[in-house]
Amino acid sequence: MDKPLLELSGITKRFGATLALNDVRLDLRAGEVHALMGENGAGKSTLMKILSGNIQRDAGSILIDGQPVEIRTPRDARAQGIAIIHQELNTVPAMTVAENLSLGQEPRNRFGMLDRGRVLRDAREKLARIHADIDPTKPLGSLGIGMQQMVEIARAVSENARVLVLDEPTAALSRAEAQELYAVVNRMRAEGVGLIYISHRMEEVWQLADRITVFRDGGYVGTGTRGEMSEADVVRMMVGRSIGDLYRHDPRAPGEVVLDVKDIQATGLGPASFQVRAGEVVSMSGLVGSGRTELARLVFGADRRSGGKVLVNGRPSNPADPSKAIADGLAMVPEDRKGQGLFLDHSVERNISISSLDQFVSGEVVRDGAVRKAVLEQMERLRLRKNAIDLPTRALSGGNQQKAALARWLLRDSPVMILDEPTRGVDIGAKREIYELIDALARAGKAILVISSDLPEAIGIADRVLVVRGGRIVKELQAHEASEENVMRYAVGAGANHQTSNPGTQP
Amino acid sequence: MNASPEPVAEAAVTKQRNQFDFAWWWDRVGILMVLILLVVLMSIFAPNFNRVDNLLNIARSISVNAILAAGLTFVILTGGIDLSVGSIVAVSGVVAVIAAIEGVPAPVAVVIGMAVGGACGLVNGVLTAYLALAPFIVTLGTMTFLRGLAYTITNGQPIVSSDLNFKDLGNGYLLGIPVPVIAMAAVFLVAWFVLERTRYGRHVYAVGGNAQAARLAGVQVNRIILSVYVVAGICAGLAGVIFAARVISAQPTAGTGYELDAIAAVVLGGTSLVGGRGRIVGTLIGAVILGVLTTGLILLNVQFFTQLLIKGVVIILAVAIDSLKQRPELLSVLFGRGQGPSKG
Repeated sequence: MDKPLLELSGITKRFGATLALNDVRLDLRAGEVHALMGENGAGKSTLMKILSGNIQRDAGSILIDGQPVEIRTPRDARAQGIAIIHQELNTVPAMTVAENLSLGQEPRNRFGMLDRGRVLRDAREKLARIHADIDPTKPLGSLGIGMQQMVEIARAVSENARVLVLDEPTAALSRAEAQELYAVVNRMRAEGVGLIYISHRMEEVWQLADRITVFRDGGYVGTGTRGEMSEADVVRMMVGRSIGDLYRHDPRAPGEVVLDVKDIQATGLGPASFQVRAGEVVSMSGLVGSGRTELARLVFGADRRSGGKVLVNGRPSNPADPSKAIADGLAMVPEDRKGQGLFLDHSVERNISISSLDQFVSGEVVRDGAVRKAVLEQMERLRLRKNAIDLPTRALSGGNQQKAALARWLLRDSPVMILDEPTRGVDIGAKREIYELIDALARAGKAILVISSDLPEAIGIADRVLVVRGGRIVKELQAHEASEENVMRYAVGAGANHQTSNPGTQP
Repeated sequence: MNASPEPVAEAAVTKQRNQFDFAWWWDRVGILMVLILLVVLMSIFAPNFNRVDNLLNIARSISVNAILAAGLTFVILTGGIDLSVGSIVAVSGVVAVIAAIEGVPAPVAVVIGMAVGGACGLVNGVLTAYLALAPFIVTLGTMTFLRGLAYTITNGQPIVSSDLNFKDLGNGYLLGIPVPVIAMAAVFLVAWFVLERTRYGRHVYAVGGNAQAARLAGVQVNRIILSVYVVAGICAGLAGVIFAARVISAQPTAGTGYELDAIAAVVLGGTSLVGGRGRIVGTLIGAVILGVLTTGLILLNVQFFTQLLIKGVVIILAVAIDSLKQRPELLSVLFGRGQGPSKG
């Protein structure tokens, strides 16, 4: 048990002038969950790419069972029993679960044709090994993200993976789905698999990890067992300074009602009513699939509503289209930053200025100089590097992309801002900056509605919490009465077993 | 204090710029280099190639295709496609000639031709933007329909009008420059200004870059999509009128296959068929390359059949280079730069 299954030492990797990894080490024992933590850009992903054979190290050694190995291609990694579950799943949504599980190694019958019966039998067996209750005949795309991830884990296990790397596996999962994942992780640990678990979520690391290793800026900071370290220690190691409390607690003084939503509804949604005042942060909490995002989209005019009213500063806003909502003073940063928020191939300048061009045109002609000046101002405010202005947005880190998405609406200076998962996939340093920004915006008189799956965040940054279930607002809690247990109780519905009430986990 | 940790990807971008960044250079001067090379080769090997009158001839001969391609650039930048522009050339030419024969003054006849083109584009746009039909299918349909319309109006016969009142639009000169060339220059100037300097232009790029994000950012996506087909239609209408003026008649077969030459010019110019990326200047260069190639090969006495072979290869080469630049790992494989890219 004590001899490491996998030992990485002295790993160094350079990209041009940047030292992405500098003499880092990590060892993994069989039957251990080893959490790897660090801010975005700390080098976690680079190390995992080296381990998976996607890139080559410049220096250092990789030992498996004490024997040095070379991993030049993803195929080498698989041969060594190393499997990686990436954030972006590596599956084919249009094919069934069973087909996905046999992808690349389809069993053939004696006529050389695909043996469908065996595909199905094998799939059942593979799913049973991780105790996943999934119908293998269903198209993969019809399952929730959590279940899709399970399928990928089942595939890795079936290839006799001894080292399983999970890269932020719960980033897109609901609570219930995450719980199921934890159960699978625990089972695999019990079976002697070594797991490297990359996560930004402190609470799950504390729940799962045996040991924790922290990287910072491409360097190794330290390793310790869960018992030896406190959360504060880990945070300090990650940021290189004491980050203090993430959330501010001095009360804000909300003013007039700015956003007044009355009985908005659409099929399967609402009716829902709520208000957000100037200088107030209201968060919408609920399970994934509870209709939080959908309600926000109705307010913003992104989807058509069948009834109800929205008033902004007392004036009715009945948008058929987001462009009208924006003109009425609304702004929305969508949850899916890459798919719905940003123009990844276009420059940061274009991304930030797109919604405010009306302020910078003479006739239809854009005053380029004025746009650049205004965009730079917002970039400075968000501490984005100035020389990033002409880079394609794709080249920015997740945190900086999110800042660019926020900057778009800071430039517009909209009185109502809807922020859907503003800190998803963002490292803790950028997270803190975003919290500070939200607080500063509220204090400057903005009305802010935040949607967040991160409960401590949803409670910590808000003055009030609206709990959403089944497309309705089932409870409104003041900041002082909202606790995680409290919010969760309403989110899952009193008395209901949330494991089965979550749509993503229906068998 | 430095609050944003340096992500590897940003570093990688800077790194590439320091070394030889093929994509960066190709984007800016690549296609222009191809043109210059082509012109140099032609000047050496083709007799009389670089005489002023020949160059003006080339310019005039490409003007119809270039104007079509200019309009098409708008459509392709949004991620759409318009296969009907060749047929619009025929319909608008036919209508303009008939109008002129009926006694309508020349400028009005020209405007009528362009308006007919715009109306055809409007149909494409409405079907694509508001009924959310695939533009490839919609414009394949209107391509066929409009060709049929041109035949129907003319009864399948060319309408020749030797004293066509707007024939100078095709054959005249202004200050020694052929009028079609002036029209082409004007179209590209306007298109450049609209795409590069106006809010509308930025919205066109935004729709092609990410239509969903554009909508949530307040761009009226449907309106933009509708408008680009109208732009393509108006350009095709103008091209149709110029073509009719050039041949001093209304030809129901006019513009057959032109849509493909126009698409080739746009793609040669580096505009991505996926949308969101490209430049109008590239389209002009693409059209010129095709024109130079055609004329040069004729001057070199290359057989028509062989010309087609060469043009096909050139188009595929240009697109291949363009797609290589999107996938640097293929490039490094080709040039043996060792390992693949290091994306962060």
